[in-house]
Amino acid sequence: MDKPELTSRLKAIITTYAQETDALAHLTEETDFIKDLKINSANLVDIVLDVEEEFGIEIDNDSMSRMLTVGAAIEIIEAKLAANDRE
Amino acid sequence: MNKADILAHLPYSKPFLFVDDLQEIDENGVKGSYTFDAGLDFYKGHFKDNPVTPGVILTETMAQIGLVCLGIYLSGTAEGGMPGHVMLTSTAIDFMKPVFPGEKVTVVAEKVYFRFKKLNCNVQMLNEAGDVVCKGTIAGMVTNKMNA
Repeated sequence: MDKPELTSRLKAIITTYAQETDALAHLTEETDFIKDLKINSANLVDIVLDVEEEFGIEIDNDSMSRMLTVGAAIEIIEAKLAANDRE
Repeated sequence: MNKADILAHLPYSKPFLFVDDLQEIDENGVKGSYTFDAGLDFYKGHFKDNPVTPGVILTETMAQIGLVCLGIYLSGTAEGGMPGHVMLTSTAIDFMKPVFPGEKVTVVAEKVYFRFKKLNCNVQMLNEAGDVVCKGTIAGMVTNKMNA
């Protein structure tokens, strides 16, 4: 899966929970889920659960705690997908 | 943690404690009951001369039994776990029947998931006749702090 496809599938998930439509429209890798998109910690968990289902990966506690920006999320998803491919 | 430990750990007191007793609790869910004291203050105003338990209080009762008791149990029985506090983060409830002063209700909750400290439950409230008075989904974060 290339990065644009991954990003667009991630954005579809985020759209369900984001409170700030402006920040959502101008999504970058620096976009912060909590500060910019005004997503609360409970909905951040739902995003991670949706990401697991959408990409067929498992997010551990350590990855969850690092998943604060769109860029960090993309990096973690890419790493998990690559690890799945190696298995 | 046994049922008495959980009740002792609840951070509420009268007039905002809406749990009398727990009948069942395990890692998948909880069942508990509460009888609405006819002397509760809000009945004076909801409604004037026609007391009915407010939907927010039914929701709170479902949350205290179905979410908070289960959250305390799950966090307290986790390996090396300390019983935490449960911060309500979302509710989606449908109301079917009124609950009048003095009625005893039973709340039954089933865990949907408990991951990354978020507990999500399907919760039902039944009256003494066994009819569902309200049901829905309640979620919260299990934290170490009372007001994070």
